[in-house]
Amino acid sequence: MPRQLPSSAHPFRLPTGGRIDRSRTLTFRFDGVAYTGHPGDTLASALLACGVRQVATSIKLGRARGVFGVGSEEPNALVRIEAPYAEAMVTATTVELCEGLVAFGLPGRGRLPDGPDPARYDAVYAHCDVLVVGAGPAGLAAALAAARTGARVVLADENGELGGSLLGRGAADDWGARARDELAGFPQTRVLRRTTVFGYYDDNYLLALERRTAHLGAAAPAHVSRERVWRIRAGRVVLATGAHERPIAFADNDRPGVMLASAARAYVHRFGVAPGRRAVVFTACDSGYPAALDLAAAGTEVAAIVDARPQAGLWAQRARDAGLPVRAGHAVTGTSGDPCLTSVAVRELRDGEPTGPVAVVDADTLLVSGGWNPTVHLFSQAGGTLRHDPARVAFVPRECRQAVEVVGSAAGAFTLAECVADGARAGARAANREATEADLGHVLAPPPDPDDIGGGAPPVPLWLVPGPDEPRTHFVDLQRDVTVADLRRATGAGLSGVEHLKRYTTAGTAHDQGRTSGVLTTGVAAHLLGVEVSALGTTTYRPPYTPVPFAALAGRDRGALHDPVRVTALHDQHLARDAVFENVGQWKRPWYYPLAGEDMAAAVARECRAAREGVAFMDASTLGKIDVQGADAGVFLDRLYTNMISTLKPGRIRYGVMCRADGMVLDDGTVLRTADDRFLVTTTTGNAAAVLDWMEEWLQTEWPQLRVHCASVTEQWATVALVGPRSRDVLSALAPQLPSSSDDFPFMAWRDTRVAGVAARVCRISFSGELAYEINVPPWYAPHVWEAIARAGAPYGITPYGTETMHVLRAEKGYPVVGQDTDGTVTPQDLGLGWAVSAKKRDFVGKRSHARADTARPDRKQLVALLPDDRHTLLPEGGQVVADAPLPAPPVPMLGHITSSYRSTALGRTFALALVRGGRERVGQRIYVPVGSVLVPVTVAEPVLYDPEGARRDG
Amino acid sequence: MLLIPCPWCGPRDEAEFTYGGQAHVPYPRDPAALTDEEWARYLFFRDNPKGPHAERWCHTISCRRWFNVVRDTATNEVLAAYRIGEAGPVIS
Amino acid sequence: MTADTEQPLAPVSPLVRYAGRFAAVTRASGGAVRLAELPLLAQLSVRLDAKGPAAEAVRFALGLALPVEPDTVAFSDELAALWLGPDEWLVVGRPGSAAGLEERLRAAVAGEHAAVTDVSGQRTTVLVGGARARDLLAHGCPLDLHPRAFGPGRCAQTTLARAGVLLAGRDEHRPGYWLLTRSSFAGYVADWLLDAATEYVADATSIT
Repeated sequence: MPRQLPSSAHPFRLPTGGRIDRSRTLTFRFDGVAYTGHPGDTLASALLACGVRQVATSIKLGRARGVFGVGSEEPNALVRIEAPYAEAMVTATTVELCEGLVAFGLPGRGRLPDGPDPARYDAVYAHCDVLVVGAGPAGLAAALAAARTGARVVLADENGELGGSLLGRGAADDWGARARDELAGFPQTRVLRRTTVFGYYDDNYLLALERRTAHLGAAAPAHVSRERVWRIRAGRVVLATGAHERPIAFADNDRPGVMLASAARAYVHRFGVAPGRRAVVFTACDSGYPAALDLAAAGTEVAAIVDARPQAGLWAQRARDAGLPVRAGHAVTGTSGDPCLTSVAVRELRDGEPTGPVAVVDADTLLVSGGWNPTVHLFSQAGGTLRHDPARVAFVPRECRQAVEVVGSAAGAFTLAECVADGARAGARAANREATEADLGHVLAPPPDPDDIGGGAPPVPLWLVPGPDEPRTHFVDLQRDVTVADLRRATGAGLSGVEHLKRYTTAGTAHDQGRTSGVLTTGVAAHLLGVEVSALGTTTYRPPYTPVPFAALAGRDRGALHDPVRVTALHDQHLARDAVFENVGQWKRPWYYPLAGEDMAAAVARECRAAREGVAFMDASTLGKIDVQGADAGVFLDRLYTNMISTLKPGRIRYGVMCRADGMVLDDGTVLRTADDRFLVTTTTGNAAAVLDWMEEWLQTEWPQLRVHCASVTEQWATVALVGPRSRDVLSALAPQLPSSSDDFPFMAWRDTRVAGVAARVCRISFSGELAYEINVPPWYAPHVWEAIARAGAPYGITPYGTETMHVLRAEKGYPVVGQDTDGTVTPQDLGLGWAVSAKKRDFVGKRSHARADTARPDRKQLVALLPDDRHTLLPEGGQVVADAPLPAPPVPMLGHITSSYRSTALGRTFALALVRGGRERVGQRIYVPVGSVLVPVTVAEPVLYDPEGARRDG
Repeated sequence: MLLIPCPWCGPRDEAEFTYGGQAHVPYPRDPAALTDEEWARYLFFRDNPKGPHAERWCHTISCRRWFNVVRDTATNEVLAAYRIGEAGPVIS
Repeated sequence: MTADTEQPLAPVSPLVRYAGRFAAVTRASGGAVRLAELPLLAQLSVRLDAKGPAAEAVRFALGLALPVEPDTVAFSDELAALWLGPDEWLVVGRPGSAAGLEERLRAAVAGEHAAVTDVSGQRTTVLVGGARARDLLAHGCPLDLHPRAFGPGRCAQTTLARAGVLLAGRDEHRPGYWLLTRSSFAGYVADWLLDAATEYVADATSIT
């Protein structure tokens, strides 16, 4: 006769016990119904206390499902949280109850909410001598032993409270409490509760997810991150991750009311909840017995202990002494209920086959213990190998190259004394100290273990109880609705490895990562295939151990912090002029500066006109700049550039091209000789770091004898390009000392002077074909110089221009842009830059490749201009180029593709640059660009369309 | 995230480094003297062992030094790290 | 050409617009986190053979030996020399001193295989101090900044979130860090620091 349970709102709440705070009541709603619980409850324990048996339905078959486990191993009780926070799909067993919680059961899968998640997520790097994962008895002992040596220790546990299996266990719990208190006193020890270590990577790098505020419910402060990813680098790792109890595959083993035996115990001890009123316990090891005894003590009637082992041993005697009926050598062969469990079918088990008459036992609860799976997920992720221990019927850790040790039940040790001793030794060892018995002393003396009765009977492997019908309701993976029938179909199809079986059946692929189903799948498959479990092994364990929200992985790397934004010293000036920005690498560069009512095309046309007809200026600070110094600087640059640099005179500038060893263009830019032994090299905006790395690589690895040093000075200078026929007038007003004639200050020369009172280096360089200057000044005076240029240019209608106009201007002149008109398969010769490739130099990087048969072919893709017959048609960049219209039958031969395409005000038409097979031979020919369903006719032209004779550069 | 022992800065996260491919593939003394095939071998052919592999890394984010690492490509274990110009270890 | 201190103009440092927000965080955190730009410090890249005569000449010229132990800083009253590589240092001095420093250094290493480059504009410096400075940086810096591993006198080039930074522990008398960031990344780094300070700010004001 069951002891009387309170019949109020919590019909299954025990009158005493559990680590819940009965003095406070929390209200919550589940599937639209109001319930109450207590602080310390999980959603699962509160639902069980309220008598809610069915929590969800299964994903494929829509079968009713209830709470099956007690923690992150839960495969059934999937819920969606709507308030006070939103979670699309979590397990009721891991949701800490809070006031006002609103949850709904899920049909096997959740749906992401439509709106953005407003919560804050962040990350922290942590370093420690010893990381202990899991704060059960073994983990607590390990952490304590390590902490006592003064080592830096991190202890992480996924639960809200440290203690693991000790929680709510009387004297054992007191031991845990003492350990917790002592740990709190070590300043070098960091205890992370509600923290799941979910990934174990190379060199003891582990990731953990801390759930920081969900348990606070509506009281969670908005500025505190909701979840935090810990990136932990540990000297040594002690895995005390415990073990998961394993279910058994029998008919209708998925009904609400069927539960892991260990979970039922935890509900009694930690939450003061009776899982049911009348229970049957089905076990293949000793673990079912203490569960049955605990339930009986809590007032649940134990109708039968069904032990698959014919010889049940000491524990069976204990149970019988306590008046519990034991049926050794029997098995549960099925369940009934509508849908929740009302009875259990029991038959004798002979040689693995049910036999004899069926006994039907009324019960609302069936506890199952098929044995234990050490939680080896992290160990496997670390690269550890497993072995099958037939005595324990378990896969246990074998070896790992990383500095990791597995202790406690995760290593197959299942008594409390073993776990504590194991943990303590490992903890001390991890902290680099061999522990003596005295060290491990008083506090680490293990707590009394009520489960240790001085001898038990060995477990038997029991995976499957066949019959009575087709095994279509013998569930192996509850979360994926995979049954023994599915596995049989897979093995019947010829699949014989667990990895294949997993993918064919989806067993183990759900978000519980097969914690309850993985080894069971192996066991059933081995049975079906007639091989040993040890021969089949387990599937590969991969991160994450538990689901991790993408929001947590992203952390603060979102919104404005998603990727660094690089800005120049003139950024505020661009903002003040309403620039529209474009991303160039990580830089924000002004794209164009629209006036009121202007669209992009109008703004660019206006900017281009200013540069061609008057004067315009742009921020060119993003170009990479490298200071190359040393006696051998000229020799060094001769080796890296395709043309001759060492012959450049101080005060002069030369354009240069760099190739990789394969002869393809790496970068281009200008080179200033600033002294006999010093050059200033510019690179394209996106390649600044790569070119410096390239230089260092050659200097350090191939030419260490060269006396050269390189330094990045990209941000040491702000650069303003001043462009157009009136640019000289503007500059003269600001830099009266600067010679104005081309004789005294010729094209491709530089001078140091003062511009607007600021020390400046002015270069006569043109990327537009117009008379132009590049004015380099210290960045902290750049805003002043920019505004001074604007004022001095105002009488000439000076116009700021952005990258789009720069591109139009340079493309009109046929100047290629590395990275836009090239793609790593283009030689200088392909670009028409053969003039910049020295024939005289004995060698430079890439030279040998220019003589390779493939690079010397005449029909390579070459840079040409394309002029659409219709002067208004803008060709799409990336568009393909074909020879014939109409298109021949596929495959249509492709001649190349468009790399740049613009509207030109100066030319009064659209035009494009393209890489076209044998392009230079095709000048004057008509070819075609398919755009949608139309073939646009275009004429091939020499790439320099504007001022081909170069008459404008001196103004 | 590998922990790569920079010979100068000590162990640092892999993200601070760039990978430079197989080590000890010197630039040919006289490329012009090579046949196309020999040059192609230098350019395009590299070992791809399962096991110890001598490779170049650069501590890009920090001291910008190139150095060599012997890494077991099967386990990711770094067996040695040595400066440019130093002799590599004998890996059996 | 170098930073010219004779200019009558007010130089604009990369984080000038952040001064108010840095001060606000410092105030609101009750000093748990102190943020401030140390603008326009003179910075010179020095490249030379640490074992050669140039190193000795620089020691004599600066009154400060360039540190040879990787990832360390040497301080004098006026200067700090940060190890950046086995043949590379960053010499940091007061604002406006770059030209003079460059001159002294160039004179010292003349004729040697050495390079001196004014890089004062390449980076700006943020002071990160306060009791929670280490916790703040740990949100984005993968280095172990525990005093056992990274105390005063240590420096390192590493990453902070997604930017490269040069981090230096200040000397014993001035706890905290110098965070040197590329000028173009400074806004990102400043935004990141302000964001990372969120919990420490609220700690001191609204959390009991």
